[in-house]
Amino acid sequence: MRFVLKTNYGRDIDIFKHRAHASWYLVLIVALVLAPLVLDVFYEKQLTELFIWAIAGAGLMLLVGYSGLVSLGHVAFMALGAYIHAILYSRGWPLFLSIPTSALITGGIGVLIGVASLRMTGIYLAIATLAFAMIVEKVIAHWPALTGGHSGFRVDDPEVFGYSLDSSTAYYYTCLTALVLVFFGVINLLRSPTGRSFIAVRDSEISAQAMGVNLLQTKTLAFALSAGLTGLAGALYAHRIGFLFPDAFTIMTSIMLLMLVVVGGLGSLHGVIFGAFFITIVPQIIAIARDWLPVGIAQSGGLEPLVFGGVLIFFLMFEPLGMYGRWVKIRLFFSQFPLYRKKTFLRQKSYLKTERVH
Amino acid sequence: MLQANNVSVSFGGVHAVQDLSFQVDEGEIFSIMGPNGAGKTTVFNVISRFYDVDAGQIVFEDEDITKDAPHVIARKGIARTFQNVELFDHETVLQNLLIAQHTRRKTMLLSEVFFLPKVRKQELDFRRKAEDIIDLLHLQNYRDKTVDSLPFGMRKIVEVGRALCLDPKLLLLDEPSSGLNPEESEDLSFWIDDINEDLGVTIMMVEHDMNLIGQVSNRVLVMADGRHVVTGTPAEVQSHPDVIDAYLGT
Repeated sequence: MRFVLKTNYGRDIDIFKHRAHASWYLVLIVALVLAPLVLDVFYEKQLTELFIWAIAGAGLMLLVGYSGLVSLGHVAFMALGAYIHAILYSRGWPLFLSIPTSALITGGIGVLIGVASLRMTGIYLAIATLAFAMIVEKVIAHWPALTGGHSGFRVDDPEVFGYSLDSSTAYYYTCLTALVLVFFGVINLLRSPTGRSFIAVRDSEISAQAMGVNLLQTKTLAFALSAGLTGLAGALYAHRIGFLFPDAFTIMTSIMLLMLVVVGGLGSLHGVIFGAFFITIVPQIIAIARDWLPVGIAQSGGLEPLVFGGVLIFFLMFEPLGMYGRWVKIRLFFSQFPLYRKKTFLRQKSYLKTERVH
Repeated sequence: MLQANNVSVSFGGVHAVQDLSFQVDEGEIFSIMGPNGAGKTTVFNVISRFYDVDAGQIVFEDEDITKDAPHVIARKGIARTFQNVELFDHETVLQNLLIAQHTRRKTMLLSEVFFLPKVRKQELDFRRKAEDIIDLLHLQNYRDKTVDSLPFGMRKIVEVGRALCLDPKLLLLDEPSSGLNPEESEDLSFWIDDINEDLGVTIMMVEHDMNLIGQVSNRVLVMADGRHVVTGTPAEVQSHPDVIDAYLGT
């Protein structure tokens, strides 16, 4: 076990808790920077996709994991980000302007949903956001003049100052940089008053208000940030697939994103990475497994949703804290070996909550 | 300091509070007692603006707060605890105390995203304040424990600490001793005195424990069925015939 000697309060604020902690992340970053040198194009593209999912996941995690608001409509923000960026870019906007702009506009649209979320919670909010996703999908499909409708929209190759980012390696680095910046921002936010106000709203709206947290402002901000980050992921995704069409953004993507945060581990940023890893690797595993399965099963289109659904139920039943929760337990097991107690994570049953007002 | 003028609150046909007036003076410990359903907690929820009044007004430091939003109340210097504890369960005690300093926040979103030096400085300020409260209430051993792993009595104390982190002028304690064992209750009465005298916080509390009320309160308001029965010192109130009536019936 490691005991960190803290000599000032700053140590508790720092992102890295001790030297070894920081060096592990340094190793990870170096490995990711060097990866394209050894990996072939296929894996490079898979990793790029993982980064994009992780950015969108960070957005949804802020909302679901930290603010306690549900959204089944995040695919809409992704689609909006992708289309807005692709349209602006095709009209000659430079890449580094049109991506942030698309994220900002998407965030602005998130504000509208956020205002509505003040009056809805739980299942009602889920349905409202689902309806929003449907509306966005329909608008995209039926506005061919702007979006190309069902015949699709070609995304121009990414280029900055005449330097092409079209090669899979260049785009890999672009997405990696975006991911690192997003995580830096989100981690900072979570260790400052804004992040704490999200958590306050998640755990008890009534006492958050009693602490001076403005519910409307906080929920709206949570939605705006979440939508903005998802929009950013959408913009990056646009170049990854190169061709946009309404069917690329269906409710299935929303559910995948929700799975990402739940399977990864609600309320943790590590969970975002674990979750992104999970939803990129599972389709590959299924694709490999198809070769070994009986033809009848292997050819059926329902195999993927079946596996995803099964895994989701498995996690909800046996590991509600997700992959990150499991990781924490494994780490503790080894750090306390052989003294690990099985009941460490057992929580006392919660007591009666104060009579809810409203 | 705080005045209620002819306040009435009803839910459908139930008159929870009727035509209630009282005044809390600066620096005192003012208790509200009464049988179950007398409307004590409703009074607190009216002051915190979780409930709207049907008639009357609440005045805090010569300012009408009857129409303010709930989060503005905290900013004006009124903090509260809840009868059955409303902490942020999944967070540590320290985090709970930090969240409570939201009203003193001066940084904007953008500076927080980059965690500029002024954000760090503010975080250190918040931490120092939280540590003061941890020292005051002897919470050192629980600092990094999540709230949902603490026993109920401890949570009540943490909630008092969280309210103190707001630097309140007026502290509303809703049944602070319920769920505490006699020893914890005893500690609590000392802390209430300390908070009142050393920190100069005016305290209003709803309480059933006559012992605690007798030890700390300057004045007591007795309510029954949403109405004012009598106001006076604990000794006066205890022997007042109307109070005995309210509790035992006629």
